[in-house]
Amino acid sequence: MNHGKTRIILLFLALPLALYGALVVSPYAQAFSIALTSWSGFTADKPFVGLDNFQRLFQDPEFWQALGHNGLLLLVVPLVTIALGLFFAAMLNVGGSDGKVAGVRGSALYRRVYFLPHILPVVITAILWQFIYNPQIGLLNGGLDAIGLGGLAHTWLGDPAVALWSLIAVMVWAGVGFYVVLFSAAMQSIPKDIFEAADLDGAGRFQTLTRITLPLLRESVQVAWVYLGIHALDAFALFMVLTPTGGPDNSTMVLSQYLYLSAFGNGKFGYATAIGVMLSLLSLLLTALTFRGSRDKNTIEF
Amino acid sequence: MKTSTHPTQADASLSSPRRQERDRVPKPATPPTPPLLKRVGAPAATGATHALLVFWALLSTVPLLWALISAFKDNRELFGNPWQLPSTWHADNFTRAWSRASIGDYFVNTLIVVLGSLVLTMILGSMVAYVLARFTFPGCRLIYYAFVAGMAFPVVLALVPLFFVVKNLGLLGSYHGMILVYTAYALPFTVFFLTSFFRTLPTAVAEAALIDGASQEAIFFRVMLPMAKPGLLSVGIFNFLGMWNQYLLPVALNTDRDKYVLSQGLANLASQQGYEADWSALFAGLVIAAVPVIGLYLALQRRIQAGLTVGMLK
Repeated sequence: MNHGKTRIILLFLALPLALYGALVVSPYAQAFSIALTSWSGFTADKPFVGLDNFQRLFQDPEFWQALGHNGLLLLVVPLVTIALGLFFAAMLNVGGSDGKVAGVRGSALYRRVYFLPHILPVVITAILWQFIYNPQIGLLNGGLDAIGLGGLAHTWLGDPAVALWSLIAVMVWAGVGFYVVLFSAAMQSIPKDIFEAADLDGAGRFQTLTRITLPLLRESVQVAWVYLGIHALDAFALFMVLTPTGGPDNSTMVLSQYLYLSAFGNGKFGYATAIGVMLSLLSLLLTALTFRGSRDKNTIEF
Repeated sequence: MKTSTHPTQADASLSSPRRQERDRVPKPATPPTPPLLKRVGAPAATGATHALLVFWALLSTVPLLWALISAFKDNRELFGNPWQLPSTWHADNFTRAWSRASIGDYFVNTLIVVLGSLVLTMILGSMVAYVLARFTFPGCRLIYYAFVAGMAFPVVLALVPLFFVVKNLGLLGSYHGMILVYTAYALPFTVFFLTSFFRTLPTAVAEAALIDGASQEAIFFRVMLPMAKPGLLSVGIFNFLGMWNQYLLPVALNTDRDKYVLSQGLANLASQQGYEADWSALFAGLVIAAVPVIGLYLALQRRIQAGLTVGMLK
């Protein structure tokens, strides 16, 4: 079985490892040292400044503002997306009203339609919503006008009070369908007899949902939370297209965008990379916290 | 014995009518009678929940339909009532978008970069995954974890150093530079997914081929790759969508205007739009850029939904 083993290992690993090492591992590794310099990009030397960048970050109101926005995203986007995803998945899989454990009629079609926004490339989503939010030609203000709620019309992306919430709405809009599908898969893997037993014991639909379906889904909800959390920390394309400069009064500035603008806008490469290090620490922390939380409790096997 | 059973029996006979009534409730549970079933299956999906389902379905589709319809309006109509259909359907918006607004060039660029990266990613990724799954050798765990760790960090962290790595290699704003970068960043998930996939494949056929004198490389290309087709397809779709979607990498590294990919070109067009600009062409451009993805989805929706969620459940 070992005939030609060494050769195939060397042959098959050499090129991919060289590529991966040069374009992924090395940039990540370099990032941690560049973060300790005051490098402005186009000079040969990278003046070492130790932890100065981090010290400056902690005193930088724009950094805190961006961090706060990421914090809000981290809280609101997963919460709303998961709640809607769970609700729709429950309706589509066990919400049927004919006494059997089944979804409502047309659930396959709903699943397909809900997934559409998620499949759309994020830049297209962003430009599309730029038009929807547009105060002159936009679908949203036009729609509000049409149903007599013209008073609610806004310059959605130009008003610091609503700009970030408008972006959150787009993130939720694009995300829900994916979690409907994800939770549907998890719900369908729960054995039917558990639901039937609950039925026979006289549990109503709501009780079945809160006492049986949701507890059995805890692990997928947790995975969804991490995934959405990382997504919320990472949100870049949507923000760069919808509010390229960080929104009115920096009201939509997030860390990834602040990093990009600091580096490629202001040539503060060392400082920008320090932001990236903070961002990575936050995502690693988030993942670690969530999975630690899951290990402490017993998981239900079926 | 006698004394102890006697009172209970008496008790039972005394309260027998009540007892029977209490017993009747759980008993029919074994052969469920229609009235009980009706009680249990009380309508959960009420009018309100149906309305919510329909509402979200409209919310998911109306913006897309609106974009599609707007792509056929002329600029004047775009500034009219957004809910109105175009009086004449302007298909010329699409030809104008394709040639004058360079969407055609962006489309071709995207196709070159995405297809190039996809082929390279699948070849290199399956080679690494196969070696990691089938052989043990010094450092194999280290290599595996190096790839897995690549999924843990946000790409934006690597952006600044990556820009200079690519610049120093002289690859800024070139097709092959983009292809190499896309491939490198698609490798972690591809290797992670395919390694566990190759582990599930039976080895008996490969061993038989080896005894028959086939080389290890021949076994990989002739035996293992064909067997791995379902896994390759899933990860291939995942990578295609991710690469077509890519924005961060090109916006930093693809500095040559003539080589812009769709997402980059569209974002650039959108940001330059003023009042006198050609908005209908931009809508047409959006539709053109979305067609490959939506088309793929409609053709393979089951597989795509499974493929995109598979990486998350275990």
